[in-house]
Amino acid sequence: MLIKLSGARVFDPTQNWNGEVRDIFMRDGRMVAEPEPGARIDETYSLPGRVIMAGAIDMHTHIGGGKVNIARMMLPEDHRRDLVERGEHTRSGCGCAAPSTLTAGYRYAEMGYTACFEPAMLPVNARQAHLEMGDTPMVDKGAYAMLGSDDFFLRMMVAQEDQRAINDYVAFTLNAAQAMAIKVVNPGGISAFKFNQRSLDLDESHVHYQGVTPRKVVLALARALEELSVPHPLHIHGCNLGVPGNVETTLDTIAASEGFPIHLTHIQFHSYGTEGPRKFSSGAARIAEAINNNPHVTADVGQILFNQTVTASGDSMAQHRNAHHGSPRKSVVMDIECDAGCGVVPFRYRDKNFVNALQWAIGLEIFLLTNDPWRIFLTTDHPNGAPFTSYPHLIRLLMDKPFRDEMFARIDPDAAALSTLGSITREYTLAEIAIMTRAAPARILGLQDCGRLGPGASADIVVYRDDANREDMFTKPEYVFKGGVRVVKDGKIQQVTWGNVHVVKPEYDRAIEKRVSAYYDRYQTISLNSLRVRDDEIPLLSNGAELRVHTCARHRGKP
Amino acid sequence: MTVSGDLKQLYYSETLAHNSMTTTHTSVCCGFCGLLCDDLTLEEQGGVLQVTAAGCARASSAFARVSGATDAQRSPRIKGHPTDLPTAIAAAAKILAGSQLPLFAGLGTDIHGMRGLMDLADHCGAVLDHMNATAKFRNILTVQGYGWVTTTFSEVRNRADLIVVMGSDVASRFPRFYERLVWPAEALFVPDLSQRKIVSVGTAQTAAAQSPEGVTPHHIPCGNADLPDVLAALRARFNGQGLAVTEVAGVPVSALDELAQQIREAQYAVLVWVAPDLDFPQAELTTQMIAGLLGDINQKTRAAGLPLGGNDGDFSADAVLIWQSGFPFRTSLASGKPDYNPHLYDTEGLLERDEADALLWVSSLDSRDARPETKVPTVVLADAGMPVDDDVAVWIPVATPGVDCEGHLFRGDKILALPLRAVIDTGLPTIKVVAQGILKQLESA
Repeated sequence: MLIKLSGARVFDPTQNWNGEVRDIFMRDGRMVAEPEPGARIDETYSLPGRVIMAGAIDMHTHIGGGKVNIARMMLPEDHRRDLVERGEHTRSGCGCAAPSTLTAGYRYAEMGYTACFEPAMLPVNARQAHLEMGDTPMVDKGAYAMLGSDDFFLRMMVAQEDQRAINDYVAFTLNAAQAMAIKVVNPGGISAFKFNQRSLDLDESHVHYQGVTPRKVVLALARALEELSVPHPLHIHGCNLGVPGNVETTLDTIAASEGFPIHLTHIQFHSYGTEGPRKFSSGAARIAEAINNNPHVTADVGQILFNQTVTASGDSMAQHRNAHHGSPRKSVVMDIECDAGCGVVPFRYRDKNFVNALQWAIGLEIFLLTNDPWRIFLTTDHPNGAPFTSYPHLIRLLMDKPFRDEMFARIDPDAAALSTLGSITREYTLAEIAIMTRAAPARILGLQDCGRLGPGASADIVVYRDDANREDMFTKPEYVFKGGVRVVKDGKIQQVTWGNVHVVKPEYDRAIEKRVSAYYDRYQTISLNSLRVRDDEIPLLSNGAELRVHTCARHRGKP
Repeated sequence: MTVSGDLKQLYYSETLAHNSMTTTHTSVCCGFCGLLCDDLTLEEQGGVLQVTAAGCARASSAFARVSGATDAQRSPRIKGHPTDLPTAIAAAAKILAGSQLPLFAGLGTDIHGMRGLMDLADHCGAVLDHMNATAKFRNILTVQGYGWVTTTFSEVRNRADLIVVMGSDVASRFPRFYERLVWPAEALFVPDLSQRKIVSVGTAQTAAAQSPEGVTPHHIPCGNADLPDVLAALRARFNGQGLAVTEVAGVPVSALDELAQQIREAQYAVLVWVAPDLDFPQAELTTQMIAGLLGDINQKTRAAGLPLGGNDGDFSADAVLIWQSGFPFRTSLASGKPDYNPHLYDTEGLLERDEADALLWVSSLDSRDARPETKVPTVVLADAGMPVDDDVAVWIPVATPGVDCEGHLFRGDKILALPLRAVIDTGLPTIKVVAQGILKQLESA
């Protein structure tokens, strides 16, 4: 079945298509080149005045796993703000800060997203993450396995083991958890909190694992991923999240990577200075400058937006520290299996609150001062900064200077006085939005067939009406195709599909498994065989999803 | 719309040795309590399973009962008359089709069974409740109102130097708890395990709690119904508040002072409770007191709670219900949207008030017949070890995850979902298959 989309302005940064009017074609779920003249076209959509992009990719969204389900369980009052009725094609559920898996999948697709990546999958909790992602329809998915506070790794660090052994352990973990990448959260700090350490700076030693510092953890893991040729570099949630002055920590973390590629996640939460009357100021300019000057660094923003949400993080140390800010005032903090931890704290960001208002401005400053849209990604760290459903609003803030000024005028005046946001004239273009929400995430994750519209790509296509109000435009695409199937029309689900599961499987010396197995038998409460998520479990866990294994052949090399 | 899944055989027995008489299965994961021990050895003789290593009384009887069911027990029945599966499924569909408010209760199933039941419940507009829900709400309401700091099995095993058990003989519900979590051969962060201190408040621990050196836990006796007062006093004393009494419910305040001091001095104190044993009015206020105490301790030192559960698949069914609907048990899908009300949608209340007019009772794990008394038309999906009730409208024997079908269950600390394999093949359908069959009938009607 050959389908033609005709007459729209098409954006595909990978082919340097920047909105020229052109026809595109798909056949049997894949993009194809323009057929020979006279080829039979089964269906044609005439789309003058429309904008076409590939399906969007959310490279950092907490959609599945233990802490997300804790957040759901904690927040019946929040769900009641947005109960979702079952429809002709869709199941009932709920939206807002911690949506049900089914509703999350529908709403992502309705906004034109066709792939989502859960960034904090604990290896011991990997099955739950895959189960919840499996019950998230419409989108492709994948997850990043958390390392860096697990005792096996920290014991390796204390023993100053050879980098090759660490590489083997990292590769084993990616395979065992069925993961796409590795994330480190508060490097070593989740473990340190279990030993009653309440903060852990970049060069501070872990209280139990003497001599192990976050700097060493970051370097060992960043190097491992580079040497394993895993496409996505180390995904770093750094030390001192939310702490005024952490801009220094973040700049030092960039230096700590010693040139190995790194991705700094929700960098807004790590860009705070200590200037000004309240000892809380924007470090955005310095952060953006550092990103601009370090081509091996990428970042996603973790923008906050003003509303009720819930923060769900692996950073038990920071979440316990911030639990008293919770609104409503309740929190769950968990130490987990000599592996990691988590913390869930509901949060309400307010535009008249000095700190929240400045956080909002800092995020936008980082977006607008970072030059290269291939290296800065559009996220709210769903749901930590805001629910993913606020992306269209965020896109309008980036694309529409008068609208941004209008919003800026509403925030706490003391915060506004400390921000340069009002003087920044940049407006993102549609081509730049297509980069930062499609082509760039696909590139940074090593997704070969997503985020682009060239021949061979998955036919994940979004057709927008070219509305001057970009929030309206990005809220409700006219059509969304997933793998060639028209799943959304006028912003509503027409057909339910189930995406694939994206993973990497780097090679490693299997001898590490004997060591990990012996460690599990000696100290843990399950066997290694129970830990490992086998390939043949994936269809059952993930609702029939297929594994899409991405190659680890590309060696990026140090810049 | 249904959540479809591939139900092909996924787990292959690790068969060590077999002759014409006996087959040995090693590293079997047992789903009959929340510990989900994955180290059992079973011997199979003529399809009947016997636990021969790493077992407990609970596992032994459950494996034997489910695997040893007779052919008659494995036959579907309509009003006591044996029938085939398609006929039974059609009869079940008819009951649900005629119902204004069907109640899906029991819910003793695994993750995949619950997924199938959720598809069906959404279509039928059913209420979902679990046989353990009354106990579980003692914890759920505390999380929803206050929150807590908790921990998991391997952290307890490797880190805890003080374990305080409140109101339960833990081994009675989790037989190998002490063997596997408290008295292992060695631990990562407790160099001398003989120094690990166990204190029980309220119910005493039985012999399983004894250390290898024969030390029995320190016991602070009181009635469980007095725990609200005793724990409130403990929290007050921990925070240095004065009390105008010298004893609370027979417990000397000096004993509570001593415990408070032990908690202050601990590297990592773990407070353990088992919600079904806190069987007194407003027990959620007591779990909230425990959560509050944990919050107070963690201001300066480390401590965490271990609210044990996971029996009868309760964590598994609850987790699926929460991620698919947003809400825990006692959620109604009758209006087309989830409606969660722990005080309105309980099994007993809905039946007593004649609100539910059909019951789908699900219990596929441990043959415990916890059904409520009711006259409404009832469909039972039960494991083959359950005593058959010929008065029930439709009785459908189903496979048991970890015995005669594969599955996944959440462990008693909620963090691990472990795979269970089909050790034997009885040909019984899974709950998911039955639920999908009923849904198909309803959709085509």
